[in-house]
Amino acid sequence: MYQTRYLRAADVADAAARLDDDAKLLAGGMTLLPTMKQRLASPEVLVDLADCGLVGIEDTGDAIKIGAMTRHADVERSEIVRQAIPGLAALASRIGDRQVRNRGTIGGSLANNDPSACYPAAALALSATIHTNTRDIEADDYFLGMFETALEEDEIILAVSFPKPEAAAYAKFPNPASRYAIAGVFVARTGNGVHVAVTGAGDDGVFRHAAMEAVLNISFTPAALDDVEISSDEMISDIHADADYRAALVKEMAKRAVIACGE
Amino acid sequence: MLSEVLATAPTQGTGRRKVHGMVKICLTVNGASVNDDVPDNMLLVDFIRERLKLTGTHVGCDTSQCGACVIHLDGESVKSCSMLAAMADGKSITTIEGIADGDKLHPMQEAFHQNHGLQCGFCTSGMVMSAIELVTNNPDASEQQIREGLEGNICRCTGYHNIVKSVQAAAQVMSGR
Repeated sequence: MYQTRYLRAADVADAAARLDDDAKLLAGGMTLLPTMKQRLASPEVLVDLADCGLVGIEDTGDAIKIGAMTRHADVERSEIVRQAIPGLAALASRIGDRQVRNRGTIGGSLANNDPSACYPAAALALSATIHTNTRDIEADDYFLGMFETALEEDEIILAVSFPKPEAAAYAKFPNPASRYAIAGVFVARTGNGVHVAVTGAGDDGVFRHAAMEAVLNISFTPAALDDVEISSDEMISDIHADADYRAALVKEMAKRAVIACGE
Repeated sequence: MLSEVLATAPTQGTGRRKVHGMVKICLTVNGASVNDDVPDNMLLVDFIRERLKLTGTHVGCDTSQCGACVIHLDGESVKSCSMLAAMADGKSITTIEGIADGDKLHPMQEAFHQNHGLQCGFCTSGMVMSAIELVTNNPDASEQQIREGLEGNICRCTGYHNIVKSVQAAAQVMSGR
């Protein structure tokens, strides 16, 4: 890792004041530090958000609001989340491994928008709102492509609100070493219809699958997906799975998520 | 000049002044208080191994996947290769050297010993630390839960079979059965 300067922000205002071209926010560090170790990133300053009071989970009535620095392990174990959106707690329980879940945060995951991360699929499928220090961003406007989000340079995620769905579930086919999604599908049935968000498979990051949503809106059953064509164009091909295999996995994971919604 | 550096160096949120790319840290290690000045970019695992000379914690990969570096931070297992030493300021860490009771091995260590849970031993300290947290949180863990719960620890020697046996045996002892 190249030289850097580490500091802990006293609060969000302090953190925002320190953000410039050469600084990066540090949350759990489960992506940023390995990236810096490989010298793929070399921010001159690391602004640690640990002391900024961004941890917590709240039931706001219509939604569950999760502080940006809340760890995956905390979402996994939260009675509030398990009651209201059990599919979200289950998703958190399968991110990475135990050690990653003890450090990694939802804010870090969404700010990074790794194309194989799990939380982006949940946020997109559940129509989450990303609350930053300057505004609220709806999920449909937030994810702009692989590792790209609508966040400005000096913008800090404070919390994420997930409207409570009628039913929601996530199914992932994980990479056996990293446990990132080779294909992960989050299915949510809400008052606004069915949302299906796919991660791990698309070459430009998380996306909603319109054709799967259309058939599931008519018939919310795994069989309804049988005749949906999942195109392998614009899907990732790598040493773990080629695009065709990913397309097949996407359909299978979607079916499993639909089944899990009914449980 | 040093005085110029001191005059312009910004204070951190914790009020420590930084000089020459170093940061002061104060933490508890295996029950004892430790103070040091470390490079900002020093990994916690390197602090443990090189500054504290506690070499039971291992570096096994470049990709944060192998778990040979697992320690406990405030009682929870973390990969020390994926934390900066500076992030442990104010915290309490436990390494493999800190879990025995004098000459008496921790039940997890004893179980790995009795059940041939290691061959080369390189993954073992990380396995033991992860397994202690697993069993502490879930004393009745099934074999499947043990196998899944240890997914952050990779072993190239054993095929995991005796590791799982060791954890099951330790669980019995740790829950007083």
